[in-house]
Amino acid sequence: MEVQTLIGLEVHAELATESKMFCSCSTEFGAEPNTHCCPICTGMPGVLPMPNKKAIEYAVKAGLALNCDISEFSKMDRKNYYYPDLPKAYQISQYDLPLCTGGYVDIETEDGPKRIRIRRVHMEEDAGKLLHEGWGNNSLVDYNRAGVPLIEIVTEPDMNSPAEAGAFLDKLKAILQYIEVSDCKMEEGSLRCDVNINARADDKSMATAITEMKNLNSFKAAVKAMEYEEKRHREALLEGDPTVHETRRWDDARSVTVAMRSKEEAHDYRYFPEPDLVPIALDKSYIKSIRENLPELPDQRYQRFISQYGLPQYDAGILTSSKYLADYFEQCMTIYDNAKTVSNWLMGDVLRALNENGKDPSDIPFPPAYLVDLIKYVDDGTISISIAKKVFDEMFANGTDPGAIIKEQGLVQISDEGELLGVIRQVIQENAPSVADYKAGKKKALGYLVGQAMKLTKGKANPQLLNKLLERELN
Amino acid sequence: MELYRLTAHEAYEKLKKREVSARELAQSVIKHIEDVEQSIGAYIHLDFDAALKQADDVDRHIDEGHEVPLLGGLPIAIKDNMCTEGIATTCASRMLADFVPPYDATVVRRLKERQAVVLGKLNMDEFAMGSSTETSAFKKTKNPWDTDRVPGGSSGGSAAAVAADEAFFTLGSDTGGSIRQPASLCGVVGMKPTYGAVSRYGLVAFASSLDQIGPLTKDVKDCAMVLNAIVGHDPYDATSVSRSYPDYTSALIDDVKGIKIGVPKEFFGQGINEEVKSAVTKAIELFKEMGADYEETSLPYTDHALSAYYLIASAEASSNLGRYDGVKYGYRAAQYDDMIDMYKKTRSEGFGSEVKRRIMLGTYALSSGYYDAYYLKALKVRTLITRDFQRAFEKYDVLVVPTSPTTAFKIGERLDNPMEMYLSDVCTVPVNIAGLPAISIPCGLDGRGLPIGLQIIGKAFDEETILRVAYAFESNTPYHNQKPSER
Ligand SMILES: [Zn+2]
Repeated sequence: MEVQTLIGLEVHAELATESKMFCSCSTEFGAEPNTHCCPICTGMPGVLPMPNKKAIEYAVKAGLALNCDISEFSKMDRKNYYYPDLPKAYQISQYDLPLCTGGYVDIETEDGPKRIRIRRVHMEEDAGKLLHEGWGNNSLVDYNRAGVPLIEIVTEPDMNSPAEAGAFLDKLKAILQYIEVSDCKMEEGSLRCDVNINARADDKSMATAITEMKNLNSFKAAVKAMEYEEKRHREALLEGDPTVHETRRWDDARSVTVAMRSKEEAHDYRYFPEPDLVPIALDKSYIKSIRENLPELPDQRYQRFISQYGLPQYDAGILTSSKYLADYFEQCMTIYDNAKTVSNWLMGDVLRALNENGKDPSDIPFPPAYLVDLIKYVDDGTISISIAKKVFDEMFANGTDPGAIIKEQGLVQISDEGELLGVIRQVIQENAPSVADYKAGKKKALGYLVGQAMKLTKGKANPQLLNKLLERELN
Repeated sequence: MELYRLTAHEAYEKLKKREVSARELAQSVIKHIEDVEQSIGAYIHLDFDAALKQADDVDRHIDEGHEVPLLGGLPIAIKDNMCTEGIATTCASRMLADFVPPYDATVVRRLKERQAVVLGKLNMDEFAMGSSTETSAFKKTKNPWDTDRVPGGSSGGSAAAVAADEAFFTLGSDTGGSIRQPASLCGVVGMKPTYGAVSRYGLVAFASSLDQIGPLTKDVKDCAMVLNAIVGHDPYDATSVSRSYPDYTSALIDDVKGIKIGVPKEFFGQGINEEVKSAVTKAIELFKEMGADYEETSLPYTDHALSAYYLIASAEASSNLGRYDGVKYGYRAAQYDDMIDMYKKTRSEGFGSEVKRRIMLGTYALSSGYYDAYYLKALKVRTLITRDFQRAFEKYDVLVVPTSPTTAFKIGERLDNPMEMYLSDVCTVPVNIAGLPAISIPCGLDGRGLPIGLQIIGKAFDEETILRVAYAFESNTPYHNQKPSER
C-alpha cells in the first residue's frame, strides 16, 4: 500500500504594531511582567475594546501577500473559555467571517515547485503568559502579551512531508518579514505553530484520524514533531490500527509526542458576535491602496536578484529567503560591484557564523560597509584570503571595523620581494631534505615549504608572490 | 422650601445667581439623607466629607469669578455599576464588594468635568439583573411611596434616591427597562437614550448590545440637562455613535400640535393592570386635547420580545461575567484544591442566585447544538422587532405606552417567581431590543396612591421629540409635583 502523509498548519503570527489590538499599551517584548498593561488589556470591569486600525491594515497586508481575497465585510467574535492567562475569559477572534480567505503560497520541494493553499487568515488577540517556575505550587500570570494583535493563518492539508511543511514555514516567515507585519521571532513567541497531521492510503481507501499538535515554539521542534508523528501514523495505517482523534504535545527533551488528557481538549468555545465592536467594513479603495503599496515579495526579489545581479538561482534563493539578508546584500551592492563575491561571503562565513551562534540575519553585528571593506582588502592584496577569514571572525565577535583589526594586529600582507626572499632563503636552508625531495621531482614538497614560509610570516606572506619566488629560488 | 426639594435646574439657577452656595446645597441634601436614608436604603456608598470638599471646590471656583458649568455644584449620585476612580464599584455583588476601579466611567468623568458633586453610589439588582433591586447582595431599597414595596429595578437605588430627594439627579443603566421601570414605580422621570448615544465605557457590562446609561430626574427639564452632559461620541466605546448631538433643553416646548402618536395595542393586553391602562389612556386623550393625533397600531413581533431578550441578554451576560474568576480582582474563595476548584468555588460563592440563573441560561443558549435554536433565533426575532418599530415610525413621531404593567409591588412578592418578575419588563424590553430611546414620566397615582408611569418611545436619536412630548405633558399635568412625603 502506498501511503501519503497529510499535513495542515495553523500559524499564529504576532503583528508588529507598536500598540496592542484594543488599547494603547506597548507590544514591546521582554519588559518586566505586568508593566505593559492597563484596565483594558487586563479585562477590568466596564472597559471596552478600542480597535487598532494599524492591526487591521497589517492583517489585510498579510492576506494580500498570501494571495487571499479580502472580505469587505467581516466581524469579530468572542471565543469563550476559562484560563488565568485570558483576562476576560474570552478571546476576541474571528469565527465565521474571517478577514481573508482562499490564498496560497508557492514553495520549492524536491519534486519542484508546489502550491500550498491557504484556507483563511483571521485576526485575534493574544493571551498573557503563566509563569510556573519558582513559585512552588502557585503560578503567576504576566499580562504584557495579553491583547497583542495576532493573525492566524490556516492552510489546507496540502503538505505531504515534514520537509514540505518546513519549507512552507520558511517561506511564510520570509513573506511576513518582507511586508514588515511581523518580526516572526519564534524564540520570542511572535510566531507559533499548530500542526494537524494524518496518513492516508494513496487510493484513499483508509486513513488515520487527525492528530493536533499545539503551540510548537520553534521550526525545528515543529519539523521534529511532524517527523515523529508521520512515522507513528504511517505505521498505524500499515498495521491497520486506526489512531484516535486527539491532541498531542511535543516533548522536546524526550523527542516524542505525548497525548494530552481528553479533558484538556474538550472545549465548546460558545462563539458569538462581539457586541462591543462594530463589524469591519473595508472599502475597495482601501484594499486597493494597500495592494498597490505592497513591497516586493520574496519570489519577485528572487527573480530580480538573478536578472539584476546575475546571481545563480541557488544564491538568489538563499539570499532572498530572509529579508534582512537580502537587504544586507543590496546594501553591499550599493558600494561594491562583484555580486558573486558578496554572495559567497554571505552564504558562507556569515550564515555559518549566524547558525553557530543561533542567530538571525537581523543580528549581523557589523554594517554592510565593513563586509565590503574586508572584501576590498582581499581584492587589493592588503590581506590574504586566509587572513581575511580570521579578520571576519574577529568582526563577528566584536562588530569591529576590519581596517582597525588589520592595523592593530599587524596583519597586512607581505608583498615585498626582498623581505620574502629573506624568508625563503631561511626556509631552504633549514629544510634541506624537503628541498632535495622537490628537486627529485616530488612536487608535493613545495607545499610543505610554502607552509613553513607562511609560518615564519605568521600567515601574512602574499601567497601568489611567495609561490612564485619559492619556485624561482628552488630552480 | 428646603433646598433639597428643588429640581436640579432650580438649584442650579440659585447657585448661579449666588443665592445659595454649593456647600449649602450639599449640606441640605446631606441633612435630608441623614433623616430618610435609614428607611429608604438607596445608597451602597456615601461619602459626605468628599461631597462637601467637592462643594467647597465649586464655591472657590465661583469666588474666583468663574461661571459654574451646567450641573456644577449639584449633589448627585451614580448607580453602583459605573466605575468611579478610587471609590468601590460593587455592582451590588459580593463578587466586587472590594473592587476599587483605577478609572472613571466616561459618564462619571463628564459629570466631574462639569463639577457635579458626587455623594455616593446607589443600590441596584446584582449586576443589574432584576426588576426590584432585591437581588442586591447588600441591602433592600424601599420605595419612598410605600416602604413595604420595591422601588423597581435594576436602578432601584437611583429612582428611590431621586423620589426621596436624596440627590438632585442620578444616573442609572437600562438593559431591559432598568431606568424606566423604577422611574415609573418611584414616580420620577427616567430616560433610556438611543443605543450608542451615551458611552458605555466604565459601565460594568451586563448585556453589551442592550445596556445604555441614562438620567433619573425630578422633571423633564432636568432630564434634558443631564442628557446634554452625558451624550456624545467616545473613542473608548466603539459602539458610541459619532454625530452632532443637539441641545436637548431647546426641545422643551409646551406644544404637541400635529404630533402623530402611535398606540401599539400589544402594550395594553393581558397582564397590564387596569388602573395603569386607564391612566395611560387618559394621558393619550390629553395629548389629543392638546392638538396631537393618535391612532391605534400594532407591533406584532413585540409579543416575542421578552423571550428574545432573555436569551440575548443572558448569552452576553454569560460571556461578560466570565472575567470574575478570582484571578485578577474581586472575590476569591478562601479555600480550594486546584485551579478549576478555585473557579467553581469563587463563582458559586461570589454570585447570587439570579446572576447564576442568567449565566446558566446564557451559557446554554450559546452552546453548540443549541446556538441555532436559541441565540440565533433570538437575533432573528430582534431583527423582526426592530423592523416593526421602523415601520411604525414611518407613520408616527412617537409611540405612547405604559412603562410598567403594574405599580410598585410588595417586597418579596415576586422574588421566588422569576417568570413573574421578568414580566415586569414586558413593556420596556422591546425598546432595548430595537436600540430606541424612551422616557418614563409620572402620569398619575393608582388607588393605593402609588405612581404610574407613561412611556414615550421615539425614533433612534430623536430624543428631542420625546422630550418635547414629555415636557408638554408635564406642563399641563400636576403629577410630577406629587411627592411621596406629601401622601
Ligand atoms: Zn492595555
